[in-house]
Amino acid sequence: MTASLLLAILALALFAAFVSSGKAKAVQAAASSEKAHSRPIYHGLNAAIWTGVPAAVLILVWLFAQGTVIDSYVLSQMPAADTVSQSERDLMMSEVRQLAAGNSFKEPTPDIRAGAAVLTSVRFAVQWAMIVVAVAVAVFGAFLGLKVVTPRFRARHSVERAVTLFMMFSSLVAIITTGGIVASLLFEAGRFFLKVPVTEFLFGLRWEPQIAMRADQVAGQGAFGVIPVLFGTFVISLLAMLVAVPVGILSAIYLTEYAHQGVRAVVKPLMEILAGVPTVVCGFFAVLTVAPAIRTLGMSIGVTASPNSALAAGLVMGIMIIPLISSLSDDAFAAVPRALRDGSLALGATKGETIRKVLLPAALPGIVGGVLLALSRAIGETMIVVMAAGLIANMTLNPFDSVTTVTVQIVTLLTGDAEFDNPKTLAAFALGLILFIVTLILNIIALGTVRKYREKY
Amino acid sequence: MNPTAEQTARSVNWQSKEMAARRKARYAAETRLKIYGLAAISVALGFLAFLLISLTYTGHKAFIQTEVVIELDLSASGVDQSKIMEADWRGIVRTALLQEVGDIPRSEQRQFFGLFTDQAAYIVRDEVIADPSKLLGRQEFTVPMSDPADQFAKGEISRETPESQRRMSDRQIAYFDAMVEKGSITQPFNWALFFSPDSRYPELAGLAGAIAGSFWTLLVCLVISLPAGIAAAIYLEEFAPKNRFTDLIAVNINNLAAVPSIIFGLLGLAVFLGWFGLPRSAPLVGGLVLSLMTLPTLIITTRNSLKSVPSSIREAALGIGASKHEAIFHHILPLAMPAIMTGTIISLARALGETAPLLLIGMNAFITSEPGGVMDAATALPTQIYIWADSPERGFVARTSAAILVLLGFLIVMNGIAIYLRQRFERRW
Repeated sequence: MTASLLLAILALALFAAFVSSGKAKAVQAAASSEKAHSRPIYHGLNAAIWTGVPAAVLILVWLFAQGTVIDSYVLSQMPAADTVSQSERDLMMSEVRQLAAGNSFKEPTPDIRAGAAVLTSVRFAVQWAMIVVAVAVAVFGAFLGLKVVTPRFRARHSVERAVTLFMMFSSLVAIITTGGIVASLLFEAGRFFLKVPVTEFLFGLRWEPQIAMRADQVAGQGAFGVIPVLFGTFVISLLAMLVAVPVGILSAIYLTEYAHQGVRAVVKPLMEILAGVPTVVCGFFAVLTVAPAIRTLGMSIGVTASPNSALAAGLVMGIMIIPLISSLSDDAFAAVPRALRDGSLALGATKGETIRKVLLPAALPGIVGGVLLALSRAIGETMIVVMAAGLIANMTLNPFDSVTTVTVQIVTLLTGDAEFDNPKTLAAFALGLILFIVTLILNIIALGTVRKYREKY
Repeated sequence: MNPTAEQTARSVNWQSKEMAARRKARYAAETRLKIYGLAAISVALGFLAFLLISLTYTGHKAFIQTEVVIELDLSASGVDQSKIMEADWRGIVRTALLQEVGDIPRSEQRQFFGLFTDQAAYIVRDEVIADPSKLLGRQEFTVPMSDPADQFAKGEISRETPESQRRMSDRQIAYFDAMVEKGSITQPFNWALFFSPDSRYPELAGLAGAIAGSFWTLLVCLVISLPAGIAAAIYLEEFAPKNRFTDLIAVNINNLAAVPSIIFGLLGLAVFLGWFGLPRSAPLVGGLVLSLMTLPTLIITTRNSLKSVPSSIREAALGIGASKHEAIFHHILPLAMPAIMTGTIISLARALGETAPLLLIGMNAFITSEPGGVMDAATALPTQIYIWADSPERGFVARTSAAILVLLGFLIVMNGIAIYLRQRFERRW
């Protein structure tokens, strides 16, 4: 319905553009003595903008606002709603909605039935009101756009102003997104901290979020101490970095310093392919191949490995991060001035000595920045750990044991029944807040280091 | 200069054994470093090769599906032509199948039916609906075999395994061999993998719903992020005054590009589903979340490609009287467009493989119909892989690998187009 309305408005805008540019052409031809300001196409675009944009904005605002307005109207028509609490009112409203949609599972009370009838009629009225108002706005815009067409009208300026406004708004989207992330995380985490004290969350040593969703479920008491989860994240990220840092830096050294042009031309795209493998694929691979291999390895050295060991997840994650470290180190090596390298070689150092004693120290800030970025990626990485790591929050350093991570917990807490007033669901947002803060700090340090280092040379 | 130092320097005998050993050690260190580097690259690329080979090995078998042609005589079933849907197809097909094999004891009937897919009755029904003349006389119907029989036909289940540990009983194998002898078993290419929606039964499950869901999601993502990304990049690159606020925007964009994707899922869950009340599992929400996620990268690549257009072009346009907007939209943007398109396609490929945010907004539901638009509940390719990877049936292991190969195929095509565009249209100034 909305889609066809939007299409109709678009068609109207195109029509207005066509008519206005036609009129502009005719007017300018008739008044050939007077110098025209804008070409006809701008008059057309101007009319299209005046027709389409206000109507489209109106529709979007209307769609977002109508839900609450309709709900409050329907509730005001139901006498029973005045006497009950907010949550019961929500419940009544959702029953009304179910009935109106035609999939009610129990026999509705007369109250609900009346409410559903009101809802259906109000919805119908509101929808038609929206269509009428939107079309009226569009037609009025088209009329204005057509009316202002004169040789001296500065249609180009008008269009350019509109385009600039759109561009300014678009560049604010990034800020709005960040604001939205911070606001939603803080808001939901704040609701969580009303139920679970902040100190218990930050310093608690037990994480058992599987509490009862309904009164009749059998479940644990529930404990929301984040330390074991952070510890598990730390263990898996550490394992990943142990794999990725040496391999990434050494491969960057080989690629920049030793490899022939031909080898580089083959290896670099392959590294990009490795970087482009979706993480869900790596996760499946970790479960299918790496985890059984690690079990066998564990058995052969006499350790019982858990089926979802930290080692399997960490190993695969480490491999996934290699290309990132490799390419950032590559940039860091490339940024070291030629003179340093030449000076060292001229003193008689071998290539290897130059790399170890001159290039590596000079490129170190850039490499450290890259490693920090990779660490932030490892901490925020989700699919590999969701598929290959465990669910139980153990505090153990044994890589053959199973540990859990922040991201795994967020996904497990939020898939399935998501109700926004349960501490279990809200806990995911508190975890998300911690994840966001940690990765943000790492990113700021890393990006700062990389930039500062670039400026130095 | 200190004379003694000069003397020591002169008195070094480069030919001495000591010095030769030292040189040797230094060169050995050099070779070691080189070998370490080679080893590191081999680890990374070896892993990639291992990953692709093992996925192809487990997945290639899902591209064919074992099917069996059964001859059924439905004329005796008394199905009313006008009420085909209402008939008891399960019973009818079972009776007709039993007629074909002749007498088998009741205890073995279950095992026999276990060879065919659980949904065989409905496949027969749909064929009859498509062609009601099939109700008359003996007719041939093609149905997929059940997962164990399929695995057996592909050699995944060995005859040598003791019966108690095998998912095919000895009786079932006997029936299967009889069908092979009759020549009624075929193994055609598994088109159902691409054209069927998801199912609980691995032999019927396909990717059509997931592919359609990914398509709608990416469409929403493209429609939002491409114009907004280009507009933001142009504003920041060409119009924005250089002050602290625009610096803040630039820093903010860089940081946003490195925020973990799951955080965007939380944002989508709280804002789009919670506050705006958009439907769960809808490609619209998935596309919105992915577009917020790709936008920062897109802005960064677009800014870089705008920067690479030489300023002489801008100055020439301004010099002959174009307005700033005209110079940008008529000259600079078209020249930067190939690089922007390349960046867009690569970002979309990234978004196609993204899973975590989609899980949080419920695009991992079990949905057996294709989405018809952006508001219908849907899954996407990566979330479908996640669902199948979690399914306990053996047949889903091969299906998951096959789905991964399909996803990788799409990614390769998209990246291939991007590389082609880059090589064909990109200009170096």
